[in-house]
Amino acid sequence: MPHPTTQNSASTPPPRKGKLGPMARREARLALWMLAPTFLIVMGIVLFPLLANFWISVKPVKLSDLRPPTPVVSERVRGDFEIPGEEFEIQYRLRNSSRKGDIADVVLTDTLPAGITVIDPGDVCTVTGSEVRCALDGLPAGERTRLKMTAVSDESFATNPVSPRDSEPTVTGTAENILTNNEFTLDNFARIFDSNEFWSVLWVTIAYTVFGTLGALVLGLFAAQMLNKPFAGRSIIRGLFLFPYVAPVIAVAFTWVILLDPFNGTFNAILQRMNVTDAGINFFGQRALPIDIFGLTIEFPLALATVIAFEAWRYFPLSFLFILARMQSISSDMYEAAEVDGATPLQQFWHISLPQLLGILSTLFLLRFIWTFNKFDDIFLLTGGAAGTRTLTVDVYEQGFALSNLGAGAAVAVAIFILLLVFAVFYFKFIHREDS
Amino acid sequence: MRIGTGLLLGLITGLLWGTIAVAITGISLTLITGLPATPIISAGALAGAVNAAIIMLRAPADRTPGLYLVAFAGVIITMMLVSFGAPFSLAFSESSLIQAFGVGLIALAVTFANRAVLIDIQSGMLKRYAIDLVIVRTLKGFGFVFFSVIVILPFYVMVMTSLKNQQDLFLNPLDLSIDLTQGAASLFDSYVELFTKFNFGRFLLISTIVSVCTVLITLAFSIPGAYAVARLKFPGQTVLSSSILLIYLVPMIVLVIPLYAVFSQLGLRNTVVGLLIVYPATTVPVALYMLQGYFRGLPAELEEAGLMDGLSRLGVIWKITLPLALPALASVSLYVFMIAWNEFLFAFMFLDDPDIFTLSRGVVSLNSSEVPRQHLMAGAVIATVPILVIFLWFERFLVQGLTAGSVKG
Repeated sequence: MPHPTTQNSASTPPPRKGKLGPMARREARLALWMLAPTFLIVMGIVLFPLLANFWISVKPVKLSDLRPPTPVVSERVRGDFEIPGEEFEIQYRLRNSSRKGDIADVVLTDTLPAGITVIDPGDVCTVTGSEVRCALDGLPAGERTRLKMTAVSDESFATNPVSPRDSEPTVTGTAENILTNNEFTLDNFARIFDSNEFWSVLWVTIAYTVFGTLGALVLGLFAAQMLNKPFAGRSIIRGLFLFPYVAPVIAVAFTWVILLDPFNGTFNAILQRMNVTDAGINFFGQRALPIDIFGLTIEFPLALATVIAFEAWRYFPLSFLFILARMQSISSDMYEAAEVDGATPLQQFWHISLPQLLGILSTLFLLRFIWTFNKFDDIFLLTGGAAGTRTLTVDVYEQGFALSNLGAGAAVAVAIFILLLVFAVFYFKFIHREDS
Repeated sequence: MRIGTGLLLGLITGLLWGTIAVAITGISLTLITGLPATPIISAGALAGAVNAAIIMLRAPADRTPGLYLVAFAGVIITMMLVSFGAPFSLAFSESSLIQAFGVGLIALAVTFANRAVLIDIQSGMLKRYAIDLVIVRTLKGFGFVFFSVIVILPFYVMVMTSLKNQQDLFLNPLDLSIDLTQGAASLFDSYVELFTKFNFGRFLLISTIVSVCTVLITLAFSIPGAYAVARLKFPGQTVLSSSILLIYLVPMIVLVIPLYAVFSQLGLRNTVVGLLIVYPATTVPVALYMLQGYFRGLPAELEEAGLMDGLSRLGVIWKITLPLALPALASVSLYVFMIAWNEFLFAFMFLDDPDIFTLSRGVVSLNSSEVPRQHLMAGAVIATVPILVIFLWFERFLVQGLTAGSVKG
């Protein structure tokens, strides 16, 4: 590739390997400046949380701990401060907002209007000029306390009275934040791995991911094969087939829930009208459907299968698009030659198309596998993780927010991340075929 | 006519087409008109086979329009005979016009499908090539029907449900017909209510603002970055350009808990600003990846000429590269807009205040037993229509951008 700085190469010797010339250095600097905003936002919002997850997963954090204890103050004035020489009382009522955490080093500052003199600042407050400063050692959990000061106003104040309450007091204090302290525990992991549920959740996740990915790929391959040859209205049909992918997940998920409703869903009504079933089938709510085959009863995981079908339905357009684009780039010479040799359409598909598509299928499998593994919204909206459809991602929500145990949720998230990492390494080492 | 694998295959595909045609027409009849029709599958299947047999009577070269007309009539007669005059299990006196139309449609569809599959197929013994041809054509036709049904049915149900009322739906879930005599006002009842009582106008506005801002911020971040990765030389360039996509594979759910914790402490959680930090951060990597692929494809000579003429690097980007990259910018913008508009997880986790709900979050709040389901579906339609309109408008860009830039191969 021609380099933008080559016009100068006549006057300056070409830079040696490993050392950059001044032009190249300037270019590198410019490149880094242009990349810096992206670096910052990705660091802050993606990579930092990724690491923070490991941190939170070893801490006993509950949802309620996110509101750290803060001191709250309200100010009152008792007595008539507008009459010169009359004593009145300024009160600060302090309260700890939390019932569980202590606050240390509470400092209250306030400004008094001009013309007011404090006679008795009380035990903990000092007054310098018009500045009031009160320092407490600590405010234990749930504690309320009052600070009182006695003051008088003078003549100058009476002509232009301002309530001492008009200046808002500020109060600061340091509370122990469980997110930043040094308390670590492996309880979260122990809790998660000890429960039998984790392993069933893991199996559900794997089944969902594998079958959802394969379903989307097979449907996509089928659809692409149909639309490979040009015909009238092809672009309309291609647009139509992309609908499930383009529409918002909330819209399609709720539509499916209503379509498959056991009592008054359209799909169940169709099945009953066609005499396939007598009663409505609870597609999203029934964990297992017993099926008799030659006297053997097989428990078919109905809700999970329905969720997988949804996944394949919603994401076949994406694989369809990529496979179609790849198919269009296969040269027609090969098919013509095969045709002359008498290869049948199925043979052509099997021996020409499929090998050519292996690269894109492999890449798509990797991407879809990872994305399906990470998928949260679809299952959450369809079943909420009920009836044997809880995957790891739904478990993160369940632990972290439904059971308000953030630490346990983060521990599940860590497990997700590590499993993905293991999968990616395994995939690139043994399965992936680079498309050339 | 000779008897062989050709005839056998013809009969089988005829059976299949007859079954599909009668099932789909029968169900569509119920869904569209509200008639309680139960299609008789066996009648359709037999009629399809009869149709194929009539077509196979003659050699491919001798199949005249007259033969197809006979085959067409064969479907109608067979269906009527086998179903004792009630192909949809309804007395023919009830809505006879619609029923006649349905039967005609089935006959037409079956004749058309059989003709398409069997057009050059002999009735005698077939070579392997011809057998494959029949199988592939049948699969293709079946595919069209199958995909059309699975794509259209949910969207049809979504729109029609939003126009019905609760009692009608509970009474007969199959009846998705629209009573046009009731007038537009009561037809669009749930839409009116969503906008007047449920604040959907505001959700629409917030979603638009959030999505447009996300697109702008993402472009502002990714254009310089993509240019740097594609054109400028710097240490670590190759590592960077191949690792960008890895960021896109990071699970969003893994980011939720730390971001929730940090944003809560910073007071960013229940704010639109919070969303406008998170959304671009998740879309910038893929936008950067798509754009740098496109920038690489642009001829570098033009930019060099610009540099020679005394433009600065930024001037070159602004005056030469960006105008050339407009199609790529359009496709990236569309893709990012789509992601931001459809986003559910963060909107659900971060927003508690109904004043700043996005559409996704707003529709979820309708999912309760107190809100009738046609409202939920109307909300789904409101969330879907804008994105589908934009998508159909710019479909070419999206398809190009998705397939050209984001994944190689």
